[in-house]
Amino acid sequence: MRINYYGFRAIYLHEMDRFRRTLLQSLISPVLSTSLYFIVFGSVIGNYVQNIDGISYGSYIVPGLIMLTLLTQSISNTSFGIFFPKFNGSLYEILAAPISTFEMVLAFVGAGATKTLIIGAVILATSNFFVEVSILHPLLMVFLLVLVAFTFALFGFLIGLLSSNFEQMSIIPTLVITPMVFLGGSLYSLDMLPPFWQMVTYFNPVVYLINGLRFSFYGASDFNIWISIASMIFFLVLCISVVAYVLKKGYTIKS
Amino acid sequence: MSEDLISINNLSKTYQNGLKALKNVSLNIKKGEILAMLGPNGAGKTTLISIICGIVTPSSGKVDVDGFDIIKDYRQTRSKIGLVPQELTLENFETVFNNVSFTRGLYGKAPDPKYIESVLKKLSLWDKKDNILRQLSGGMKRRVLIAKALSHKPSILFLDEPTAGVDVELRKDMWKSVEALRESGVTIILTTHYIEEAEAIADRVAVINNGEIIVVDQKQDLLNKMGKKKLRIDLHEKTATIPESLSKYDLELSGNKLSLTYSYDTQKQRTGITNLLQDIRDQGLKLKDLKTEESTLEKIFVTLVRENNEN
Repeated sequence: MRINYYGFRAIYLHEMDRFRRTLLQSLISPVLSTSLYFIVFGSVIGNYVQNIDGISYGSYIVPGLIMLTLLTQSISNTSFGIFFPKFNGSLYEILAAPISTFEMVLAFVGAGATKTLIIGAVILATSNFFVEVSILHPLLMVFLLVLVAFTFALFGFLIGLLSSNFEQMSIIPTLVITPMVFLGGSLYSLDMLPPFWQMVTYFNPVVYLINGLRFSFYGASDFNIWISIASMIFFLVLCISVVAYVLKKGYTIKS
Repeated sequence: MSEDLISINNLSKTYQNGLKALKNVSLNIKKGEILAMLGPNGAGKTTLISIICGIVTPSSGKVDVDGFDIIKDYRQTRSKIGLVPQELTLENFETVFNNVSFTRGLYGKAPDPKYIESVLKKLSLWDKKDNILRQLSGGMKRRVLIAKALSHKPSILFLDEPTAGVDVELRKDMWKSVEALRESGVTIILTTHYIEEAEAIADRVAVINNGEIIVVDQKQDLLNKMGKKKLRIDLHEKTATIPESLSKYDLELSGNKLSLTYSYDTQKQRTGITNLLQDIRDQGLKLKDLKTEESTLEKIFVTLVRENNEN
């Protein structure tokens, strides 16, 4: 056995099954919260905001909202995916199975990313009910969504791996990711900020992700698309390196 | 029976907190045998099993399973092994059937619902196949763990305290299952606190204490070698002390002064029983009853561990 295909499949399907069991919270809650954003920001506030880069405000915020969901969902899906078996002790059988670390991580992260992409697609479809959405570069959009879903699923895996309780699990998503997305131009263009805050925003990596996705939709972005892609790939490589290092050390899962 | 299936050489494990769980352990496990590992809590039994299964990384030493190295050739070694852990660690929200099928997949085997069905039937779990794990009793959960461990047809089965917290009837059922597995060619290594369990089903016994193997031997040889017998002599009338003429025997007088206990070695040519009884009669003591008592594995185990701790 050079590749444990069935082992990979078992973990992947098991994780997808968890998604099915928790369909209500996994799918309906992000759809509901995004719909609320569209109603409040898109329809109500949007009427008082001028078009940005020639795009109506409601449409302008679609990529930002998708990114918000993508980031939070991919992190929470995968972090819980690895944290639960660690927490209830059933991780022993994955550690004792003839499966490589790479296959194990790929299965968890692959499942987390798949779930997130499903949610992302549903939100994209939902947004069509509220606003007019056009996608200028569909292939680029798919590429960016897949890249972001995998990268942040991997980041979530890392959080789940390093957390030793539920509180630690929610610290990074709540205290870091959500503010970064809100301050990352998901609901506004950077031009609308005072110069000082614009400067600060440049240090927020999420800005590049949201602008990249917005470019694939409307061809409008505060940055060159390659800066966005490069920053995503940089973060992906960083996550891969840290996860590989932590697993090699066996930290928290193997003594 | 003589072929070594698992060979453990100079295996040591020191945990990050400095605990030396295993100290230079060497042990060979033969194909087709049932080996019982006995030892007090914290002796290193679970660490030893966990290293062979790949859950814990050894600090030094080498383990081969069927000629493959457990670290370099982990795919070959692990796919031969089934593990039933000590704790009831299960995915509580999945059904019994899915739980068992999941493990089969992890071990690289294509789905085989027919085989899973046969395993569940053997363990009297078939009627619970669609139940969610958390709806099951502790004894059933333990059987699910066994079903999981058997889901990929392992040739080696590790049972870490398989009958902890299991009622007497189920325990005996499990012993039968273990025996049936051995008959089908599976090599079984079990750790246990219940010495009667080792006595009932093991071929060989290894006693572990403080991370070291104190003794490994055929169960029967161990019982013969270490075993002492006791002869209890009940008297009709009380005797205040052991009479002078009987002082050459290893005798103990009971608290109520109504019986004498004589310890003797069964391995000796002469046990001294005839002479003792003769001398008792000469003393004028009248016998009421005689009883012999054989030392169990439990007593041998307690003696071994105590001696080891004293050294």
